[in-house]
Amino acid sequence: MSYSNSPSIKTSGWHFATTSLAILVAMPLLAVFSGWLQFENEVWQHLTATVLDDLIINTLVLLLGVAVGVLTLGVGLAWLTTMCDFPGRRIFEWALMLPLAIPAYVLAFVALGLFDFTGPVQSTLREWMGTNAPLIPNIRSAGGVILVMVLVLYPYVYMLARSAFLTQGRGTLDAARILGRNSWGAFFRVALPMARPAIVAGTSLALMETLADFGTVSIFNYDTFTTAIYKTWFGFFNIQAASQLASLLLLFVALAIYGERLLRGKSVYFEHSKASHPKRIVLTGWRAISCTLLAGSVFFIAFLLPVIQLVQWSWEVVINDLDSRYLDLLLHTLSLGLMAATLTVIAALVLAFSRRFMQDRITGISAGVATLGYALPGSVLAVGIMLAFTGVDNLINSIWNMFTKTTPGQILGGSLFALIIAYLVRFLAVAYGPIESGLGRIKPSLAEAAQTLGANNRAIMRRIYLPLLRPGLITALLLVLVDVMKEMPATLLLRPFGWDTLAVRIYEMTSEGEWERAALPAITLVLTGLLPVIMLIRRSSQRYTQVVD
Amino acid sequence: MDSLLELDKISCSYDGHSVVENLSLHLASGMICSLLGPSGCGKTTVLRAIAGFESLVAGEIRLDGDAISTSREMLPPEKRQLGMVFQDYALFPHLKLSENITFGLKGHSASSQRKESERLLEVVGLSGYGNRYPHELSGGQQQRVALARALAPKPKLLLLDEPFSNLDVELRERLATDVRDILKDQGAAAIFVTHDQHEAFVMGERIGVMNQGTILQWDTPFNLYHEPAERFVADFIGQGRFLSGRLVEPDTVETAYGIITGNRAYGWPRGSRVDILVRPDDVQLIEQNDNKASISNRAFRGAETLYTIKLADGGELLSIMPSRYDFAVGQQIGFKFNLDHLVLFQS
Repeated sequence: MSYSNSPSIKTSGWHFATTSLAILVAMPLLAVFSGWLQFENEVWQHLTATVLDDLIINTLVLLLGVAVGVLTLGVGLAWLTTMCDFPGRRIFEWALMLPLAIPAYVLAFVALGLFDFTGPVQSTLREWMGTNAPLIPNIRSAGGVILVMVLVLYPYVYMLARSAFLTQGRGTLDAARILGRNSWGAFFRVALPMARPAIVAGTSLALMETLADFGTVSIFNYDTFTTAIYKTWFGFFNIQAASQLASLLLLFVALAIYGERLLRGKSVYFEHSKASHPKRIVLTGWRAISCTLLAGSVFFIAFLLPVIQLVQWSWEVVINDLDSRYLDLLLHTLSLGLMAATLTVIAALVLAFSRRFMQDRITGISAGVATLGYALPGSVLAVGIMLAFTGVDNLINSIWNMFTKTTPGQILGGSLFALIIAYLVRFLAVAYGPIESGLGRIKPSLAEAAQTLGANNRAIMRRIYLPLLRPGLITALLLVLVDVMKEMPATLLLRPFGWDTLAVRIYEMTSEGEWERAALPAITLVLTGLLPVIMLIRRSSQRYTQVVD
Repeated sequence: MDSLLELDKISCSYDGHSVVENLSLHLASGMICSLLGPSGCGKTTVLRAIAGFESLVAGEIRLDGDAISTSREMLPPEKRQLGMVFQDYALFPHLKLSENITFGLKGHSASSQRKESERLLEVVGLSGYGNRYPHELSGGQQQRVALARALAPKPKLLLLDEPFSNLDVELRERLATDVRDILKDQGAAAIFVTHDQHEAFVMGERIGVMNQGTILQWDTPFNLYHEPAERFVADFIGQGRFLSGRLVEPDTVETAYGIITGNRAYGWPRGSRVDILVRPDDVQLIEQNDNKASISNRAFRGAETLYTIKLADGGELLSIMPSRYDFAVGQQIGFKFNLDHLVLFQS
């Protein structure tokens, strides 16, 4: 028995909670790999003969294209808005983060609706030119998918690179200049390598999202593992083969994580507390104009244009579509989101407190495993949860059968519970981040002070920890809520009958090419998605004005 | 004497708010000088203007006779071939110490870079540390690496911006002496910015005392202490109090505590009201004297004790005495002046 300042809920209690969470996350992962135990020769042969090569090539092309795109756009824009000054810079600083609120599949169907052969842009162009030939490259191509993904995902790199550039301060850049490098040399030799961990982290986030994406690629008919998993499961009704495909996708995920570790480098980069903002390079003439044009067109294409188009389409269909069916969808989406978010935040809170009070190996490993779920693409997770829960169901059924000679059938598989657990596993890390960092800022001496003033453990929890953690808890709740609302593949694959959400509706409408009718649920998702983005923008601007002062 | 660096009536401003005004300065090659002043006096701005990070509103900066900054044109920092040591060291965290040091040695062969980095690491007393990263070092060690990095390209002039302010006091004085010796060894001229007069005294052969964007006095440490040209300098350098009096002869002042005659003459009209600068070593406490005061405070300093005495008219003086004399707070005491170098300001 230790007499530490931790609440004296017994050690075993914390251990039980953390290992349970770890098992919950590990379970679908193991289930996916267990799919290989029952090798589906026939389906597999079909797959290798027809599509497997394409899947792998498509995935690699997509990863490479997105990586190059988000790096160029994210780092370039971050550098321009932190180090240079050009007309509109103050607005672009935050406006360039807004595309984060737009789910990739939403931008995807808006882009198709606008730029497809039958869309308004091409039709108008053909009318002007009086020709029948396509005048712009086909958007239903690898290039089109990559462009859409880059425009939605570059903010990850942009935000992280920006904060890295801002915290570097002017000292190191000035030092490089006085040692004989011009401003380009200082950028490539000093600023860029110092920001490398942040840039690599942002790129790897973008690549994880790319691998997890199902909506965009299915709208573009661009076959990747996620669409193949869906088709194998719902087309061939073969969940075993689906799980084998899922484990191949996990291989790519593992590769992305390994790549990040490798490229991030081992050096520990510290931030200067007194970092002062470098003097901006004031751009004039054509340089200034081209910067404004670049930032402006990225913002226009990635945010303004889709929002305007969605509003216009919604306006056209609002009289017919804003009915009780839509309200049902909204209600389902919100209640699923709130249930999952509440549960996930509680789990994350338990995990964060275990980490704080128990500094042993078991807790460390369990917490590590429990926060792995963010790396599992929704479709992989759905397959894993379904397999695992079906296994549990079979076990219950056979035990039940021994006593009653009847079988209750599906209990967990296909239940609302399975779907919520899937969300919990996928988004636990999302909730854990803000809670853990909030907890980290609470000094142990606060709890000790409360103790010396006569507070018991429950009082410390209620009067010290929870009030201080409130901003972190709200952030976590909001982030998970929005992520659950946007999640397409896991919902699509696991939802019980009658639990359609906005994302599912978007999938149904877009798979029939009815872009206008997908607009109303899409604009709803975009508007809710803006909440956490605005929160992020406000927080970062507060932090940086402090640094700059 | 040949001028390495000339600042010719330079002015700098931030957002239309003047920070440096009409400031001039000459520096001969090989000379180490300090800019000393309270925070916000513009000393760092002067340094950054020399480095090429701040632009001039007026005036001109010349290096070896060539204009490097005017109000219209600026040579970019990387073309000035100066060295600079930053307040926060600004070591590149992603580079090893040897790579930090050779950063400025563009176009040298790999082997000459390695040799140079080894030589400089030895100079700053960090031999064998070349493969470490900056975060593995203590503050004082990082300081030395920053110095080595700045010295590597063999600049004729080194700029040091409060390089010791992040270190603790004991380390500060030792490093200041070390840095001074290294600079003298390499024959580099240096300008050293600080708000700490002890550092300035250790480092600078010449010191410029700055306030509100101008240099008030450019002189040797001895003269700054004993012959301050302005009341601000007298106040800022060393300790002391002012005693009011009336000028009766060019070299004689009449005070409430007797006539004081010094070895300097002042041309002000007779009868002018003046303030005499009285340093602690100008006042001697003795048991028996006509001048009476009471001891209001004492600070024991080992070899000596600094007393604050309260005069009959409510004024205050400081006196430093060997610590074998032991007077108690509240005790009545006599005092007399040893004011040969009479420093007066018109009041």
